[in-house]
Amino acid sequence: MEQKEITVALVGNPNCGKTSLFNALTGLNHKVSNFPGTTVEKKTGSFKLSSSKTANIIDLPGTYSLYPKSADELVTYDILRNKSENYYPDLVIFIADASNLKRNLLLFTQVADLEVPVILVLNMLDVAERRGIKYDIEKLKEKLKVPIICINARKKEGIEKIKAILLDEKARITAQFFSLEKVNSQLLDEIATINDKRNKYSALQYSINASNLLTEKAIKLNEIFNKYEFDSIGFQEDEVLTRYQIIDEAVKHARIKNITQLKASITAKVDKILTHRYYGISIFLVLLLMVFQAMFSWSEYPKEWIEYGLKIFTDYIQNTLPAGVLNDLIVHGILAGLTGVLIFLPQIILLFLFIAILEDVGYMARVGFIMDRIMRPFGMNGKSIVPLIGGMACAVPSIMASRSIENKKERLITILVTPLMSCSARLPVYTLLISMLLKDTDKWGPFNVHGLILMLMYLIGFFAAIMSAWMFKFFIKQKEKTFFILELPGYKVPLISNLLITIYEKGSAFVFGAGKIIIAVSVILWVLASTGPQSNIQNIETKYTAIINNDTTSAIVKKELSLQMNSQKLEASYAGEFGKLIEPIIRPLGFDWKIGIALLTSMAAREVFVGTMNTIYSVNNDGDNSFGHIKTKMMAEINPRTGKPSYNTATFLSLLIFYAFALQCMSTVAIVKKETDSIKWPIIQFIYLTALAYGSSFLVYNLFS
Amino acid sequence: MMNLTQLNFGKKAIITKVNGQLLALKLFEMGILPGETVALSNVAPFGDPIAINLSESKVCLRMQDAKCIEIKLVD
Repeated sequence: MEQKEITVALVGNPNCGKTSLFNALTGLNHKVSNFPGTTVEKKTGSFKLSSSKTANIIDLPGTYSLYPKSADELVTYDILRNKSENYYPDLVIFIADASNLKRNLLLFTQVADLEVPVILVLNMLDVAERRGIKYDIEKLKEKLKVPIICINARKKEGIEKIKAILLDEKARITAQFFSLEKVNSQLLDEIATINDKRNKYSALQYSINASNLLTEKAIKLNEIFNKYEFDSIGFQEDEVLTRYQIIDEAVKHARIKNITQLKASITAKVDKILTHRYYGISIFLVLLLMVFQAMFSWSEYPKEWIEYGLKIFTDYIQNTLPAGVLNDLIVHGILAGLTGVLIFLPQIILLFLFIAILEDVGYMARVGFIMDRIMRPFGMNGKSIVPLIGGMACAVPSIMASRSIENKKERLITILVTPLMSCSARLPVYTLLISMLLKDTDKWGPFNVHGLILMLMYLIGFFAAIMSAWMFKFFIKQKEKTFFILELPGYKVPLISNLLITIYEKGSAFVFGAGKIIIAVSVILWVLASTGPQSNIQNIETKYTAIINNDTTSAIVKKELSLQMNSQKLEASYAGEFGKLIEPIIRPLGFDWKIGIALLTSMAAREVFVGTMNTIYSVNNDGDNSFGHIKTKMMAEINPRTGKPSYNTATFLSLLIFYAFALQCMSTVAIVKKETDSIKWPIIQFIYLTALAYGSSFLVYNLFS
Repeated sequence: MMNLTQLNFGKKAIITKVNGQLLALKLFEMGILPGETVALSNVAPFGDPIAINLSESKVCLRMQDAKCIEIKLVD
């Protein structure tokens, strides 16, 4: 019977155009999720091959070999190895960068030797040609014995040819490259009994990888290796060199022209400037400053539009729905919470966009290169810079990105300090607090003061991160050798379609992921804030309604009184009681019980702070959820205990610092637990960051008040 | 015997040997292997790490690892 669906895996080295091909094949018809039991991002998509047949495609993380040295390479290896695995492909599309064919084919021959049908897709032939490299595809086919297709993933050329060959069942060919003749056959047999019986290469490879773990199986495998005096690293070196010989022969056979004397390429010229010994780091800092300025000023108008749109929508709902509990719940609970967060969507999208551009252009690898020496004394390496910068967008994917760091200690330190980088969830909090601290129009030279303070907050986060890393360095013991070997890919103009897809993915993850939490928290909060121990609430109501219903009271006084009543009701509610309960703990930081409620709710996610403030200050208002409105109301708040405004400079600064350091993000805690595979590290991290936040806020509050 | 840290700008060399067990394996996988031509491309701030041009790619590595790569100058 003919299959209706086929599973295809996309495999290749990093920077070979894998993402572009994936996007060209699937368009927006894909989703990002996690592999079960791991946090490894799994991108799957599907596309039609014919009227009756679809292909499901999985994009596997880029890797240089099937002997994984880092956690992300492990995923690719695991899926290709295990035939009973759900995602085990019917076919592998191996995409290779033709301008660096030899190295790309190393992984290709390893994959082919697993006996999975594979087709070779050559990409970036134009880049190769510019360097004077050209191949005779027929001759290459002779040597590699698998179907070869030439494409240009960036220009979407050759995509139809791939689809056609996926339909052709006769094209599903396996090839063999490396022979195990030098290895003791008794060893192979013994290994096969505990591993894969069908493919000896796969069994040996798996044993080598598994022998590095700390499991019982690894002990047994090491015993077998010792028995036959098998040197696994020596074998791997030998394997890699043998493969290169086979590849070299094929590549030389198929090459049409040899490299002509290279002119300095554009990449070389740009690198002379961007990675300059003296200016490199300054250029990086200036670039960051520009990113923050743009993020702040470009988002201004879209923010106003979203705010305006939501206001119209809220008004509409409030006036259409019959007055009552449901109306209240939607307007003051859900919409108030959502408005507070949705208006930050433009800033978050811009931030993700800039990071994606820096990544796609090839600049991020250069930042790793120029920063490695600086990061080293702090127990990290140049590759740590990618998670750290990514941490400005979101700690969760960034902690996953730390997987590319081979050394376990450096990786752990990077994971522990990444949440100190100010993420996009803190943006709404910072923006709200900074705008209350300073006037919108304040300028310092050509710069908007808001943008500068914002940049300062990010710098504080960065310094806290590297100082903490330095401290952790002394507590985490590890002797594993560290190295930093990183490819610097040629500079590329980023593909607009790739960028748009990234923004779409991240934006919808924010709206739907964070949105769900925010709605849930807003509803719970609204319930807690509008109900309370019955007698208290009733007492307040009776007390006020008597005066309000008195005809002699003037309209203005009535309004004033009903506001007072609402705020006393909030204080008497469950939420209020709760806030009061923790007030003694946070009073030294300058926070009152209302901030206390917000601190608690933002344990789910930081941006909930703004939504909570909106909900709290909306429980007693007229349905105006706009940013300016809640700002005015917070500023007017008087602390009944001191008789002074609840929010002064010291409170704002204290709150800013608290949010910069505290680990108020359940997703981060969850991801750290998964990535470190322990509960010890997330607990240590949580306690450390909370203590750091509390201590610093206490200091700041007392210095400024 | 020369190693990669002694290579100056504008000179070309051929890799003769790569030392260091696990390091060597990683370098091989990145295309840094005996017989390949190398040239110095960039030096990072503070003189470390360095970026080298191979025939088809550019890779950066630390000075301490570059010491493990033995080279021979070519004209």
